[in-house]
Amino acid sequence: MRDTSFDNKEVLDLDAGWGTAAEQEFDIESEDGTLVATAKHAARERESNAEQSVASAEWDTGFSGDGATRLSVAEKSAKEQRSKKKPGGQRTKRTVVNTIIHVALAALCIFWILPFVGILLESFRCESTGLAGYIWPKQWGIANYVRLFTETKFPRWFGSTLVMGFATAVVQTIFQLAVAYALSRNRFKGRKLLMNVMLIFGMFPGFLTLILLYTWMHDWNLTDANAMWGLIIIYTASSGMGYHIAKGFFDTISHSIDEAAKIDGATQFQIFRKLILPLSKPIIIYTILMGFMAPWGDFVMATFMANNASSGYNVAAGLQWLLTDSMKNDYYTTFCAGGVTVAVPITVLFMCLQKYYVTGVTGGAVKG
Amino acid sequence: MGKSKEQIYQITLGSGKTVPMREVLSFAYGEERYAAFTPVTQDSSSGEGEIAIARNSFGKYEVIEGDFADTLFNEFLERYEAEEAATAGKNATLSVTEYLRLNRLQKILYKTGRFFKAIPGWFAQKFKKLWQAVKNFGRKVAENVADIWTTFKNGSWKTRLSYLFMGFANYAHGQWLRGTLFFLMEAVFIFYMIFWGGYWLSKFGSLGTIAVIEKYDPILDVWTTEHVDNSFKILLYGLITIFFIVAFLYTWRLNVKQARILDEITASGKKVKSNKDDLHAVIDNQFHKTLLSLPVIGMVMFTILPIIFMILVAFTNYTFENDGYNNLFTWVGFENFNQIFAFGSKLSLSFGEILGWTLIWALFATFTNYFLGMFVAMLINRKGIRLKKLWRTLLVMTIAIPQFISLLYISNLFAENGFINGILMDWGWIDNPIPFWTDGTLAKVMVIVINIWVGIPYLMLITSGILMNIPQDLYESAKIDGANAFQQFRKITLPYMLFVTGPYLLTSFVSNINNFNVIYLLTQGGPLHYSWGAVGGYIPGDTTILITWLYGITTGAEANYAMASVIGILIFLVCAVISLILFNLMPSNKRENDYS
Repeated sequence: MRDTSFDNKEVLDLDAGWGTAAEQEFDIESEDGTLVATAKHAARERESNAEQSVASAEWDTGFSGDGATRLSVAEKSAKEQRSKKKPGGQRTKRTVVNTIIHVALAALCIFWILPFVGILLESFRCESTGLAGYIWPKQWGIANYVRLFTETKFPRWFGSTLVMGFATAVVQTIFQLAVAYALSRNRFKGRKLLMNVMLIFGMFPGFLTLILLYTWMHDWNLTDANAMWGLIIIYTASSGMGYHIAKGFFDTISHSIDEAAKIDGATQFQIFRKLILPLSKPIIIYTILMGFMAPWGDFVMATFMANNASSGYNVAAGLQWLLTDSMKNDYYTTFCAGGVTVAVPITVLFMCLQKYYVTGVTGGAVKG
Repeated sequence: MGKSKEQIYQITLGSGKTVPMREVLSFAYGEERYAAFTPVTQDSSSGEGEIAIARNSFGKYEVIEGDFADTLFNEFLERYEAEEAATAGKNATLSVTEYLRLNRLQKILYKTGRFFKAIPGWFAQKFKKLWQAVKNFGRKVAENVADIWTTFKNGSWKTRLSYLFMGFANYAHGQWLRGTLFFLMEAVFIFYMIFWGGYWLSKFGSLGTIAVIEKYDPILDVWTTEHVDNSFKILLYGLITIFFIVAFLYTWRLNVKQARILDEITASGKKVKSNKDDLHAVIDNQFHKTLLSLPVIGMVMFTILPIIFMILVAFTNYTFENDGYNNLFTWVGFENFNQIFAFGSKLSLSFGEILGWTLIWALFATFTNYFLGMFVAMLINRKGIRLKKLWRTLLVMTIAIPQFISLLYISNLFAENGFINGILMDWGWIDNPIPFWTDGTLAKVMVIVINIWVGIPYLMLITSGILMNIPQDLYESAKIDGANAFQQFRKITLPYMLFVTGPYLLTSFVSNINNFNVIYLLTQGGPLHYSWGAVGGYIPGDTTILITWLYGITTGAEANYAMASVIGILIFLVCAVISLILFNLMPSNKRENDYS
């Protein structure tokens, strides 16, 4: 137990971002400068990694609707015993409770979906364009959609957001994977410093730098009507700082693969390209998805960079602009139509890839 | 490590006090666990949870039997001593047996008491660490300087020449690739410093002296204005110049070090690395540097540099009026901080109120979401519930839809002339519209409630997988022991969840402090509080949190960038302090083995 082998240290260091502080304490406070990973920690790490893969596996089964398969044998037998004792009471009680829960869940879901149904309905309202005290349109039509595409600059907003989505997805994925891989697989001088710098600077609110970035981009003529290009730079340049989830994933890939490849004479690049990347499909897709979706929801940076030049907006800034006090009465239903037009493709994409999304968020949350 | 040390049952603390070993252990690993601690002798085979500690020849304690490392133990000992020192004389630490005899309320009181008493010691420790870091840094600098000097003294003429002409030693040894890079760095640096860097740096102290010169043009008979200094650019490029100087010094140091290493290698008769080796290293040994280079450059340029720039702005009087172009701005020291902390001023009052609400908001937003999300996940996970997939999918769908659409729509639903008021009046339930967004308290409740709506699907998603992962036999045995559903939740589900999702709770608390979207899209910070007065042309309101305040001040009609920077720094401090405290409190941080 006391011979803290190199392997143990490796496993301990595999902590994701949150491990940083703990790691650090150990390293700083080790008096004799030796590595002080305990087997206990190592075991915990391994277990939590295993736990995670189990968690995602469980999730998959849960999603296909057979949660009941989780009943363990012991549980089943216990259940049988009980139902033998009092067959009637227990079962009716359970049925009643389950019925109540079903009703509650249905109510919850209706409550959650309602605003979207509302937007959809109001987008077809033709008799008025402002706020209304009712949801069901009195006069149906697609006039709002026609207005959206002819009277506003929505096609341009949509196009530039699409470009931003693709650009951000590509660059952000490359950056995050690169940083995550470098930090996960290598122990180099300054690694901890780099991680701490990213942690500390990540805690400053991003809006703080709005004014500088605007001035800067303005000098290069990447604002106002050209805001799209400036925004791409801003979204992607520091995206390497969001490496945690990808690193957590890389940490779970066994090191023995690398070792074997190294013995066979593979370079680091080949290991990354030919071994690790093919294994990382879920996390790559997750990163792409996140990168693609980010520009669709950002209105702060987009509004600020466009600086009142409405042709430089993205969809979020543009649609929000339709709801400013002076525009609201004329464009409220147009906003609803725009919301539907944006939400439908994004939602479809998201639902197709949600499996990967779940891998990402649960991985990010569980990594301790 | 030799084991010829005597077995220790008692530990002598720095204060000279002697305490039983079990006390230290139970402090370190939780009270119950080592209550039954019995020291083992060296020959007896140890069972699980047994532990033996000895003192080594350096006077340090060592674990000679048991499943944790020495340094860990010494660290706990240090903490124990710190706490001991903090509580000494006030409320003596209870022994484990005494503690176990207390009733529940007393236990809670005792624990909270200890927690608060530990805070000064904790801070003292942090400061000690900081001081050590400073000392280390100083030591390193001194070492480097000494090394540079000895290298020069002992080095060959090639090495000495590379002090002046960077990369010379590399060239002399055939490493023209490295040599060229060093040389380029030097050339660019000197060129930059002569033509630009010197100018920016010379103005950095004053941030410019003359903004505009009015010139009379006798031919056209007009007055023209000529802009001279630009404080903004001076500050920015001055900072970039400083960055560049630091980078240059680092490269120069590297160059000296490499020259020394080349000397050493040739002296020992080995071969130096060829250019081919260097190129190959880019995809092999040094591949991590290749990977990191672009992201790190991007981060330095677009996050680190801008943030340091804005930190500097906090010490100037940069506002909409003093834009640095028409009117210069200059250093004002801590003036802005004084304003915000001046006791009783309007600004400090509004800051206090906004900070308070920010923390309340973050607390509610985090925990309501957490518990309700977990509750919904448990409902869906319950056995016997059908259509699990449908419920989940419907909820998850709401994550996909961009927040600005849903939140803006909801904000309008609850507007005075929106749907909710309209339908309630139609049904005759109310006569006047409910002021959802114009009444302070109601608006606060509304943002928290709507945030629940936003957050539950997300939490449901995260917790579902973890909940399914809890060993079912725990519940089974609890049921057999007669525990009801609530007891099961309280004693099994909750501790497990808190343990696993502890780090997530922390991050979500901090991100809720900065949760701009929900507040801004729903209320824009309103209803406004005119009595608080405007900063930068922005009047904060009842639901304004620090981040929306910052945004308002930055984008307001009379933006006050200096004050915005001050608030930005304060937000950072709040987040950093909370993260530190919570991280130290987190169950995942201690007792790591209990649930695995």
